[in-house]
Amino acid sequence: MSTALLEIHDLQQSFPKADGGEHLVLDGINLALAQGQIVGLLGRTGSGKSTLLRLIAGLTEPSSGTITYLGQPVLAPAPGIAMVFQGFALFPWLTVLENVQLGLEALGLPEAEIRKRALAAIDLIGLDGYESAYPRELSGGMRQRVGFARALVVHPNILLMDEPFSALDVLTAETLRTDFLELWGEGKLPIKGVLLVTHNIEEAVLMCDRILLFSTNPGHIIREITVDLRQPRNRLDPQFRDLVENIYVAMTARASATPQVGAVTERTTGATIDTMLPRVSANLLSGLVEALAAAPYNGKADLPVLGDELHMEVDDLFPVAESLQMLRLAEVEGGDIKLTDTGKQFAELSIDDRKKLFQRQLLSSVPLAAHIRRVLQERANHVAPKSRFFDELEDHMSSEAAEGTLRAVTAWGRYAEAFAYDDDSGTFSLENPS
Amino acid sequence: MRVFVPISVGGWARLFSRWDILAVLLILGFLVFLATASRNLFQPLAELQRSPPSLDPSNLPEYAARTTLRMLVAMALSLLFTFTYATLAAKNKMAERILVPLLDILQSVPILGFISVTVVFFMALAPGKVLGAEFAAIFAIFTSQAWNMAFSFYQSLRTVPTELIEASRNFRLSPWMNFWRVDVPFAMPQLIWNMMMSMSGSWFFVVASEAISVGNTTVTLPGVGSYIALAIQQQNLVAVGWAIGTMLIVILIYDQVLFRPLVAWADRFRFEQEPGIIAPRSWVLDILRRSRIIDRLTRPVALLWRKSFRPKKADVAPPAEQAQRRGPSRITFQLGLIAIALGAILLWQIGSFAIEGITPADVGTTLLLGFATFIRVAVLIALASVIWVPIGVWVGTRPHAALLVQPIAQFLAAFPANVLFPIAVSGIVAWKLNPNIWLSPLMVLGTQWYILFNVIAGAVAIPAELRAVGANFRVGGWLWWRRIALPAVLPYYVTGAITASGGSWNASIVAEVASWGDEHLQADGLGAYIAQQTDAGDFHRIVLGIAVMSLYVVIINRVFWRPLYLYAERKFRLG
Repeated sequence: MSTALLEIHDLQQSFPKADGGEHLVLDGINLALAQGQIVGLLGRTGSGKSTLLRLIAGLTEPSSGTITYLGQPVLAPAPGIAMVFQGFALFPWLTVLENVQLGLEALGLPEAEIRKRALAAIDLIGLDGYESAYPRELSGGMRQRVGFARALVVHPNILLMDEPFSALDVLTAETLRTDFLELWGEGKLPIKGVLLVTHNIEEAVLMCDRILLFSTNPGHIIREITVDLRQPRNRLDPQFRDLVENIYVAMTARASATPQVGAVTERTTGATIDTMLPRVSANLLSGLVEALAAAPYNGKADLPVLGDELHMEVDDLFPVAESLQMLRLAEVEGGDIKLTDTGKQFAELSIDDRKKLFQRQLLSSVPLAAHIRRVLQERANHVAPKSRFFDELEDHMSSEAAEGTLRAVTAWGRYAEAFAYDDDSGTFSLENPS
Repeated sequence: MRVFVPISVGGWARLFSRWDILAVLLILGFLVFLATASRNLFQPLAELQRSPPSLDPSNLPEYAARTTLRMLVAMALSLLFTFTYATLAAKNKMAERILVPLLDILQSVPILGFISVTVVFFMALAPGKVLGAEFAAIFAIFTSQAWNMAFSFYQSLRTVPTELIEASRNFRLSPWMNFWRVDVPFAMPQLIWNMMMSMSGSWFFVVASEAISVGNTTVTLPGVGSYIALAIQQQNLVAVGWAIGTMLIVILIYDQVLFRPLVAWADRFRFEQEPGIIAPRSWVLDILRRSRIIDRLTRPVALLWRKSFRPKKADVAPPAEQAQRRGPSRITFQLGLIAIALGAILLWQIGSFAIEGITPADVGTTLLLGFATFIRVAVLIALASVIWVPIGVWVGTRPHAALLVQPIAQFLAAFPANVLFPIAVSGIVAWKLNPNIWLSPLMVLGTQWYILFNVIAGAVAIPAELRAVGANFRVGGWLWWRRIALPAVLPYYVTGAITASGGSWNASIVAEVASWGDEHLQADGLGAYIAQQTDAGDFHRIVLGIAVMSLYVVIINRVFWRPLYLYAERKFRLG
């Protein structure tokens, strides 16, 4: 392996919490990016991978640990590290050409040089003829091409990509990936290494030489996977499928089998009052239970297959699976999801009976829901302000997470008719309007 | 790649295109306007008294030019103020804590109060010269334009999308470049809208600022405003008519030549990227854009401009130097201390100045008078709402009517209602009506339109689907108003009503005392009190009056409008 472009040692990042404590989002991160590599950071939303990318870009400073780029510590945006954004981040008031020229102007290059390099980058990335267009006139795919051209034109050593294809439709994303890989393979890109943040497992396997699997709470690297397949890679290649399957298994591994691993199980077995809850609608839960109960799955499915079939990416599928597991309607293990007996029973019931069963599961296996219900029952008027529970949660998580968790439990509680919530007054109560 | 040649070399066929000719005409016209308008600036004041303004309509073009120039200079100053003050407030946490509340209070100080208090100071800046009085007038107009522009810019800066900020930092734009490439463009559409509002609003104060009279100091600057003041004094209705006509023409011209091109040009700065919205157009902008001469003339300027973005050696920084941003800097801390000390000194100054010769009884009186004005404003805003909300909804739900009425309502908001006061006064005198009641409507005469055009905008914005649901379930009558129309326009209504309420307080100084020749009418209120004290030149009581009025406005904004606005935004904003 040649010299490392980028090295990260014992990186830790935390944000202050309301009560004065610290909320840890990244812990013990060590990684190196060598010349000629595409390294993928793969994980769920909230695993801190985007935060890590912003730390590398010098947009924020780490709480502790070091990031060194070509032997120099990164403390501010460094020349030679350019970024491609999920939402493109184009300036709508600048034309394609002006957007691309932006970074060069900031470098203070001579006018002629700026123009030459900008036109060359536009040419390379396939934007000829769009020079004078404004971003709003372009399709999403073309906009992201501008994003790429703008990053490449400054000839960065490292290209940082923050889910660059996730805002695009499937076909456009695939075209852009293929074009990028082709240019990279032919050595036409003026870059030496790439860091790609993604939550799409297939995308990671398709593009990366190495994949770092991230887990949540706090974000840390659970496994490193080397992808040896030759480019261009074929998604239908059995080796490719095996790798995808392996990553699914790694991401759903049972906590008991491999301790401190596993995005799903780690948080779900033995949930407590302060367990973060994913925001998954009750409809989606019912929908997945029904899909699982029906043929061809008959109660058990391979997660990658299921995700493919339902057009759900990891970020969509895992929270649902996780919720079902938390409610003991299904079990997730080794990349498979299996309905429990209660789950099978749930699939057969009518709407009203489903709600009753859901209430039972909710109150028995989601401690926060049971806690709210208990507090409401104990109070004489059966009413309690939301802030009471919010403050409790905030002791254990960030205020956004607390807000999200409360909303999730509210939605489930409403579906289960376990308690009601009035947004105007911000109060939980036992009464439903009659 | 094309080589840059500093003259036009392409197209030998025609020396000039028709766009060139039009463009040159436009520019020459502007230069002539500048020359006419600024001709007499350095005359001694005595010259003004020797040739007092006359009601001869042939003077009006020059008067109009001078008035417009004052407004434009004030606008330029307001922009400068906006770019510095609002930027500091948005970028520096420490400064923000002081600057934002300060702006809030400045906004609530009655503008005519600024004139009374500052005129002597400005006259002293250029003793005996017209320039001093011009400064005072321009400052007064500035105070009627600057605050809402600064607020809009500050709010825009705070809402620049995170990804754009990150992109700007990632590509290491210098602060100067970031300001012009990111901050200003992002804020531009909203800022231009506020500039138009400010320009409209400032007409109201032109009349007051050109005929300055505080105690014994009386200066009359040539302009449309002083022309109107003179016409009122001489009870010359025909002259008032001439002045109104002139104003209409001026408003039309600067709308076409200045604001329409600006709006059309700023369209590219819209952040929402959906295609399909019809872009505003402007013939002036088309001419300027198509003219090769303009292109050649502006190109070197544009080049220089871009050159200014180049980082200086110091900016292409060793990382170590930039790392110093960590932690609270000592400098901001010291600045904070200085600001606090300065504030304390100012407070003491104002306090001791105001207390001198003011009895608790005075304070009581002003508070009571303020309450009278408060009742007037409240009743009138309520009345205006009852009238204009249904009409606005009716108009807004009919696209054709909306297209017709919306510009008229906006124009009426721009129209200085004080021009019409004389007619009202003669009516009140003729029928011997009670001025305490009948002078009051004048306060909302100019400001009620904000309610109307905001409600129209709200009604236009009701999604077609929601209206279809109403039609589908045959929701009609009161139910339709209660469940569909009123909730949908509430956020817009509140925005309009806040503007209208603030404007009415401001107008009370003119509206509670009105005259038509020798007829002077007066209502009991804080506005009349300030106007009286201004006439008497009693600075202590002017300051007291202004302070009490600001107090009322701030309290009403905090206690009533702000919560209502937040509630409406949270609950009823669609989409």
